[in-house]
Amino acid sequence: MRRDELALPIAPPSAGPAHQVAHRPVPAGGVGAPLITLRDAGVRFGDVAALAGVSLTLQRGEQIALVGANGAGKTTLLRLLHGTLPSSAGPGSRIEHQPDGRAPVAAMMFQRPFLLHLSAARNVRLALWLHGVPRAERAARTMRALERVGLAGLAARPARTLSGGEQQRLALARAWALEPDILFLDEPTASLDPSARREVEQLVAALAADGVTTVMTTHNLGQAKRLARRVLYLDHGRLRLDLPTERFFDPQRPPPEAAEFLRGELPWN
Amino acid sequence: MDTIADSLHLALALIADADERLLAIVGLSLRVSATACALGAAVGLLGGAWLAVARVPGHRLLVWASNTLLALPAVVVGLLVYLMLSRAGPLGDAGLLFTPTAMVIAQAVLVVPLIAALARRLVADAMTEGGEQLRSLGAAPMTAAMLMLLHTRFGVATVLLTAFGRAISEVGAVMIVGGNIDGVTRVMTTAIALETSKGDLPLALALGIVLLGVVGLIYGLIAVVQALSSPRAAATRQAWA
Amino acid sequence: MELIDARQAARAATRRLMLGLGLALALSAGGARAQDQTLMMASTTSTEQSGLFGHLLPRFQQATGIEVRVVAVGTGQALDIGRRGDADIVFVHNKAAEEKFVADGFSTARKDVMYNDFVLVGPKSDPAGVAGKDVAAALNKIATRGAPFVSRGDKSGTHAAELRLWKGAGVDIAAAKPAGYRECGCGMGPALNMASSTGAYLLTDRGTWISFKNRGDLAILVEGDTKLFNQYGVMVVNPARHPHVKAAAAQRFADWITSAAGQQAIADYKIGGEQLFFPNANAGN
Repeated sequence: MRRDELALPIAPPSAGPAHQVAHRPVPAGGVGAPLITLRDAGVRFGDVAALAGVSLTLQRGEQIALVGANGAGKTTLLRLLHGTLPSSAGPGSRIEHQPDGRAPVAAMMFQRPFLLHLSAARNVRLALWLHGVPRAERAARTMRALERVGLAGLAARPARTLSGGEQQRLALARAWALEPDILFLDEPTASLDPSARREVEQLVAALAADGVTTVMTTHNLGQAKRLARRVLYLDHGRLRLDLPTERFFDPQRPPPEAAEFLRGELPWN
Repeated sequence: MDTIADSLHLALALIADADERLLAIVGLSLRVSATACALGAAVGLLGGAWLAVARVPGHRLLVWASNTLLALPAVVVGLLVYLMLSRAGPLGDAGLLFTPTAMVIAQAVLVVPLIAALARRLVADAMTEGGEQLRSLGAAPMTAAMLMLLHTRFGVATVLLTAFGRAISEVGAVMIVGGNIDGVTRVMTTAIALETSKGDLPLALALGIVLLGVVGLIYGLIAVVQALSSPRAAATRQAWA
Repeated sequence: MELIDARQAARAATRRLMLGLGLALALSAGGARAQDQTLMMASTTSTEQSGLFGHLLPRFQQATGIEVRVVAVGTGQALDIGRRGDADIVFVHNKAAEEKFVADGFSTARKDVMYNDFVLVGPKSDPAGVAGKDVAAALNKIATRGAPFVSRGDKSGTHAAELRLWKGAGVDIAAAKPAGYRECGCGMGPALNMASSTGAYLLTDRGTWISFKNRGDLAILVEGDTKLFNQYGVMVVNPARHPHVKAAAAQRFADWITSAAGQQAIADYKIGGEQLFFPNANAGN
């Protein structure tokens, strides 16, 4: 396995839509502080080892893409990092660092978000309630989140009647309202048409620019190139490569371990 | 066939007369069954939601039990509650036997397995669809289950209407624990049973038609309220339902 | 983690639930508790369906201010209700069973109140040729000819009377039921329905017969035999066995119904000009 560890600076403001000032002052722990470390971690489902021997550190401000063939373990690694799956194979461990004196707040966005039969705004409010946000703040944070993703006008609409792209943006609002340190995204645009995909990618990029650490799985290598600074390549449950994006996608010398994979996956735009 | 024709005429005449005793009996039927369903809903919905997400040992046994109890005959429920409430029984001191309260209790016991089993199914199916995501949002299992009840509230409403139908149409339980006392614990179904046993079949059937008419009226009102409360939401609901 | 969550949530929910249930019960029970001015009486379906109580009890209430609530079931069940203490008075028509009730200590005394009579009904065409005044002979003919016969089979006073009459006719029902003998385990009305629709013979009390509207082809074939008389008795449930029983009020009813006023009220009750019940409280006890 090859691994290049770099301390990454915050991404400079991109040439995209104007974005807001970071929603939080730069935390005391600083940029690049480690948030989550996996040491030789793995996950078993029954007899099957979905993931084994994974070691890596997630640092604040990173933009990471997890790529690999179907069944390689991308979603499993994502859930392991998020903390919803315990490390269950071997002596491995998952450590949460507390650079700000508190555990990092993580939110996850799914390919097909589960929305309740409630209005868009209520779905966001619910997430805030579950997170323990006091009532007085919930309304304001809900509206800010909906505005951020451009859904303020649809706040009262039943969430289930929104289009695919709007639902995905709502899921993003739901995650962002929690003011997470880390945003995990599981194939966030896989079921969207190209224009909806572009909208969501722009929002994710803007959030990353605000300082949110992002970790996403994707089949879309173009997306990985656009949104990630660091690529983790998985194959049959093992972490084979951990490289900066330019290095992983170097057309001149593609990394041998992933060569076939890179050839096989059509570069979507 | 004559009997049926006679009964229809008789039913219309009864309704037109709006006889005081009949109104009292209808009123008692509605009150007893509605209260029983409210109580049954409180226990059954919580129980069903819990069954859908619980992982305690013996939980499969409880699911099996709640499904089996769906076949509990009303008269058996009546007997069990009777034995509990009888002076010779554990709760005898409350003096509840042969009162409307006893009837409420019996019918509540009757509908709890129905509501629990159906609610469990609703919640379990919803949890399959979105349980993992709710959990990832930080919901504890029971909280997720309750949210799913909210999420499937139209299904839940149908469950409650079903339970009400079961309660108001049963005669075995309320006959035993209520005693069919004239003016005190006589409800539609026990009145029908009484008239049948007296051989007055047209009247019995007429009362049956009245009972169906009353229940149909209530369900009709519910549908109208739903439709009026939000035309667009109602149309959308049609698509989900 | 999941385990603890589920249990805690269940406990909290249960607490809230118990509170709510208790409240609901308290509210609904409020109006339902019997007050001092009400009595609970266990009696039989045939008596209630004859309409006697509708005639008698309002008079008692006028005289004493006490409201009597009647639970009408089969004699067997009525006595059971009395044994359990779920009623204050028992008013049935099965002397043997009532005397046992007293002997077992569930009541201190039994008083004669009135009698009514049974009649043997059957298809007008009378295929077994039983019409007449002798019920024993009639039953004999029914048994030997295997004619259809409906029995209540529900341990009621009527059923007990029927079994006594069979015995008197020399037919041992317990040993061998005659061909055509059908037990329905039901009340008087349903039994009449069954007899009417299958053209069978049946023993019924006159009161239920008079108010029965589904006679079909049935008619009275045997009546007036003294063996067909049906004695009613009243018993106050023993407060020594069940302290909560309203013994004083119950005694007032027992006294009233055997008094001149009560006995007269019984005699006054008529259906279609016919008297159904014949008071005989003073004819010995």
